[in-house]
Amino acid sequence: MKISRADVAALVQVDRVHRDLYLSPELFALEQRHFFANTWNYLGHTSQVPAPGDYLAVEIAGRPLLMVRQPDGGIRVLYNRCAHKGTQLVSDACGNTGKFFRCPYHAWTYKLDGSPLAIPLKSGYEGTRLKECESGQGMTALQHVAVYRDFVFVKLADAGPDFESYFGEALRAIDNLVDRSPLGRLRIEGGVLRNVIHCNWKMYLENINDTVHPMSTHESATSAANGLWKDQPADAPKPMAMEQILPFGAGYDFFDRMGGRVLPNGHSVLGVNFSIHSGYAALPDYEAAMREAHGEERAAEILQRSPQNALCFPSLALKGSPQAIRVIRPLAVDRTLVEAWSFRAEGAPDLLFERAMTYNRLVFSPMSVVAHDDVHLFESIQQGLRAQGNPWISLHRGFEARELDQAEQTVSGTNELLMRNQFRAWARFMTLTMQD
Amino acid sequence: MDAATERELLDFVAHEARLIDARRYDEWLALFADEGRYWVPLMGEAQDEGAAHNALADEDRMLLTLRIERLKSPRAHSQHPPSRCQHVLQQPVLVQADDDAQRYELRTPFVYVESRGERQLMLAGTVRHRLVRRAGSLRIELKRVDLLDAGAALPAIQLFP
Repeated sequence: MKISRADVAALVQVDRVHRDLYLSPELFALEQRHFFANTWNYLGHTSQVPAPGDYLAVEIAGRPLLMVRQPDGGIRVLYNRCAHKGTQLVSDACGNTGKFFRCPYHAWTYKLDGSPLAIPLKSGYEGTRLKECESGQGMTALQHVAVYRDFVFVKLADAGPDFESYFGEALRAIDNLVDRSPLGRLRIEGGVLRNVIHCNWKMYLENINDTVHPMSTHESATSAANGLWKDQPADAPKPMAMEQILPFGAGYDFFDRMGGRVLPNGHSVLGVNFSIHSGYAALPDYEAAMREAHGEERAAEILQRSPQNALCFPSLALKGSPQAIRVIRPLAVDRTLVEAWSFRAEGAPDLLFERAMTYNRLVFSPMSVVAHDDVHLFESIQQGLRAQGNPWISLHRGFEARELDQAEQTVSGTNELLMRNQFRAWARFMTLTMQD
Repeated sequence: MDAATERELLDFVAHEARLIDARRYDEWLALFADEGRYWVPLMGEAQDEGAAHNALADEDRMLLTLRIERLKSPRAHSQHPPSRCQHVLQQPVLVQADDDAQRYELRTPFVYVESRGERQLMLAGTVRHRLVRRAGSLRIELKRVDLLDAGAALPAIQLFP
């Protein structure tokens, strides 16, 4: 069955969305072709490819990509495909290719920027059209690559906004993460926790902006933590794990008051006033180093700002305070890869890096004590939506007609506007390049 | 105090796995020394003990208690239906024995199956037990679980490989 632009648009209404968004393999294929091609997706961090020839292989929307450090220090992104027959030039997830790429199949070689270097039996191509053909041009480089403070994003299609106008104010979340380093530099360290969840990627993304679930979803983890901690005096120093797990049990009022802000193109910041990360122990030496680096006022501004989640729609969620990111990589209509990476902020104490790793381990590991209940419920939704009768998912909470005219606004932390905002952007970028 | 016999050490490892498989978690936790640690490194066998690298799980008694108490909660949604597991152990190899200090290290290759509803997850790896004698009984100082695929994209692992 052919899906038209009007069909897609009809799935996203002002206050609800249709279940086909989560269930239809045809829509997933269209997302791969249009939506993920028209939006800016996070690829990786430049600290993962420090030396010339270092590469990182990542698949985005089904396309195999290579981020490569160039001899001049720059970053290029190439399709991981030999111009000859299509062999992947590298099959390790990361590594160093030396001064050039060499195809393991017929030994065609390419410079680090993808341009052709040499072909065996060169004379056999004399008088052929190879030079004019795509296959003679070398590896295809992506045209739309942006490196923002060492975060590398790509857009696969020519359509859609340029990088700055796509993200706009959402880039302040990256600034906040990076500026927490007194030297203004981050490094990815400590490995990545990778989860496969049997649900549609949009469900995971919505949950990043959902503050009504922690009370009920995470009750088992928070009540166990409270049970262990309840006999401690109020001023007893909390172990890092307790400091990080206990706030998940904060009440509706807390999440309501933390506030949320929506930005154009699906981005949002949850916890503009405070968040579950606001209560971490103070570190006087680190704060002094931050004042030294940024000045009194700016240091206070950076450290005071610790949103629950900032979403760079559709692939990246950031936590400034525990210095952690999650990357969402859709695999199929009902299968999603979620990666949790930790950062070391240069010039900051080891404790900050431990916070990032501990948070990721406790909350985003396949062996997490917190995420098991989330994952179960996402997978439950994926099954439950197959029920006949009601084909709609409710996003009514806090809906007001006037929100449709405001691209940016701040609302309560429990308002489902943050999710409605995602779906409005989804419909726009999905239909941008679809034919009628 | 008598040195631990190889039989006693091998029985300990088998008993430890059996307690998990039988969901006797409180008895299992009691096998750990006060400073005992349950560790599933993210790089598996390749990870050095002192390295600043993350883990799938790295838990002291407090966190293990939290995990076990959570599993008992009727509101542990991910346990409806409950997970079950089965350790299939190879014969442990005693790799280090210090009879004077009563400290022992064993290495046991295993296959671990965790099953829930219609879905089954299988993991392979090697567990290293670092045991110490305390007040007459062997206790776990470190249970290190090196999964063959520790760094792979994994589904939820809810119990204790």
